[in-house]
Amino acid sequence: MIDVLIIGSGGAGLTAALNAKKEGAKVLVVSKTYPTHSQTCQAQGGINAVLKETENDSIQKYIEDTYKASHKLGNKEYINYFCSNSENTISWLDSIGVPFSKNIKDNISQRKFGGTKAKRTCYSSDYTGLKILHTLYDQCLKENIEFYNEYQLLNLIIENNKAIGITALDIETSQVKQIKAKTIILATGGYAGLYYGFTTNSYSSTGDGIASALNAGAKISNMEFMQFHPTALENKNILISESARGEGGYLVDNQGNRFIDELKPRDEVARAIYKKYEEGEKVYLDLRHLGLDKINEAMPQERRLVQEFMQLKMEKDLIPINPSAHYSMGGIITDIEAKSSIENLYACGECSQSGIHGANRLGGNSLLEIVTFGKIAGENAAKKAKKVKIIENTDSEQFLIDKNYIEGIFTKDSEIDFYKRKKELGKLLFKNVGLFREEKSMKNSLEKILEWKKELNLIGLNDKSKIFNKNLTDLIEYKNMIELAHTILISALNRQESRGAHFRIDFKDELENYDKNSILFLENDSIHIKLEEIQ
Amino acid sequence: MKIKIKRFDLEKNPHQKTEEFKVTHNETILDSLIEIKTQQDNTLTYRCGCRTGVCGSCAIKVNGVEKLACKTQLNENDLIEAINNSKVLRDLVVDLSHEEKFLKNSKTYLKKQSNEKVTSKDVKLIDVQSNCILCQNCFSSCPVYEVNKEFLGPYALTRALRYVNDKKEANTLDIINSIQDNGVWDCTLCGNCTLVCPQFIDPKTDIMNLRMKSVQAGFEDKSFAQFNQGFDSGFDSGFDTGFNPSGGFNPNGF
Repeated sequence: MIDVLIIGSGGAGLTAALNAKKEGAKVLVVSKTYPTHSQTCQAQGGINAVLKETENDSIQKYIEDTYKASHKLGNKEYINYFCSNSENTISWLDSIGVPFSKNIKDNISQRKFGGTKAKRTCYSSDYTGLKILHTLYDQCLKENIEFYNEYQLLNLIIENNKAIGITALDIETSQVKQIKAKTIILATGGYAGLYYGFTTNSYSSTGDGIASALNAGAKISNMEFMQFHPTALENKNILISESARGEGGYLVDNQGNRFIDELKPRDEVARAIYKKYEEGEKVYLDLRHLGLDKINEAMPQERRLVQEFMQLKMEKDLIPINPSAHYSMGGIITDIEAKSSIENLYACGECSQSGIHGANRLGGNSLLEIVTFGKIAGENAAKKAKKVKIIENTDSEQFLIDKNYIEGIFTKDSEIDFYKRKKELGKLLFKNVGLFREEKSMKNSLEKILEWKKELNLIGLNDKSKIFNKNLTDLIEYKNMIELAHTILISALNRQESRGAHFRIDFKDELENYDKNSILFLENDSIHIKLEEIQ
Repeated sequence: MKIKIKRFDLEKNPHQKTEEFKVTHNETILDSLIEIKTQQDNTLTYRCGCRTGVCGSCAIKVNGVEKLACKTQLNENDLIEAINNSKVLRDLVVDLSHEEKFLKNSKTYLKKQSNEKVTSKDVKLIDVQSNCILCQNCFSSCPVYEVNKEFLGPYALTRALRYVNDKKEANTLDIINSIQDNGVWDCTLCGNCTLVCPQFIDPKTDIMNLRMKSVQAGFEDKSFAQFNQGFDSGFDSGFDTGFNPSGGFNPNGF
């Protein structure tokens, strides 16, 4: 019997796995990809912490910066814990082998990111996420943690309002499997991938866990807050980390003039850049003054990306950039114990709304979040599992439904080209629920999404093979994407104000009566929304 | 532009067959594969993720050479196929279960934390090796697997060196011990792995370093023993760094 079942094998899932195992739990990690293929590998810039050696900084300043960036939607108690514990989190990563870059005093190097008062972001050159992810993976192998790789989550199994397992598709064979467990942790990542063609995210970031939680009756929250990264390579949406600006890079327009303080919070910088584009100008990242040595030392990966994808050299050329959907602040609402609103169901990492980021996330806070809350989720889920009775491994109703669905879909031809729809969805979201939003275009978009939602039953498969059927996995992802696009639109329409990453040209001010979280939940097959006071 | 893809679906045909497609979107090979899958043939199967060369999921062979599909530009008539040394599951997707096995067998993880102070110089010593993305390019290019399926191989050995050279590790001998059989001495030093690494890691040199460290730790230099058996040249190799004059760098592969 599995004690703790973890869905997702990025930084949050692996941290949860290690900590659940440490508590003595029998752990299984189920993942749509391989652990090292996870989105975490793309985090370049760093991970925030106030260390003993950090100069001109304090936990208090860190808390203030994070809360300020959240635009009053952060939970003060949670942020307090998150920031106060940051040194412990880094120490743990350091102790398991993450090779952090060191400064001349041989302390962990830190760089300055936007929206902060100090050099607070620890890093491993510009491969911080990659090195953290791989180190966690190595530790999981050491601890003999069991993985089911390339298993796609279908649904949570809920009985008497308690989570007791999942159904999943074994991608290699197209078999539907039922996996029961005493407690379940969702660590399935964010939904910036919905902005298909306009995102820095992996093709795998499709919000599957959040969609399954919503369908299972969990509360999800703040779906309107989508962070756009200011600097992605133009038209390619390949991330150039904030470290480029943190190390002293400039943003310049066609005339070579700087037009904004590069280290303002991401929402402000991204909007300033987008405005330039709307005025017919282009925006460039200018790093020429930093010199080749500095560039090679601090951002070797970024230099290579620019060279490989743009055929430009950072030390000599201006780099054309545009904002791109990067991080989703919303997700499954969780408390300080990483518990969701469903008993025995936990969530951590980008799929959760853990009360830290609110309306805008500070650069360097997401890697800290996955490790901080991955640990909390792993420990608590393991402790809770000890109190849960063994669950009978009989076939659940959900399993039979999903098995029939997957068997049925192989006999059904497709009337709709959902690949085309996926592209349209990305464009529609970026244009109408992007950096600037207003009621009319969002209402039109909502209508469109509802139309596409109705069509979902008309979609079948053109690929009938049972072996590694990516046509099928793409379709399951598309259904989740449509479900979540619906929640983004409802939330963005409901929030008639501007706050953080959510900017409405028809309601430009931040309003006190919206100092609340958006909460969405499913009731009688339809999605409801309400605003809830911040705890 | 034309692209040729070696296809495989056991349900349809037990053999691989090459198909040709015309594509318009040809900046990268991954773009072309996506165009084919989404617009021409929904059955085309491949892995992909980050599109920026850092998740390592899209390793393929282009005209016989290992590449990442997301970082490689398409040229007219390129032949795309699945990587070597692994069972093809379908089209360009191969079984990756060996990854966990090789890493576990090589004990590539921090086992016991030392109390030594780690300096910036120490971190630089493992910087390149810890940039490995486990894409399997090196694994595919390695000729040793044809004769030894249990060979730990370039990525696992590079990772072993990453932990052996990590000042934080107090028990490096355990790792060295685990890479003696089917490990450092089984490499032919052909250098294919080095040529195909998208992260510019040099597993061949890493393996040579591990050989030196093995000898220093008192393990037998098996390549030296084999070399002496094979030749009677009176050639005095002196202190052995693991360099094998009969192997060496072979830029043309095999």
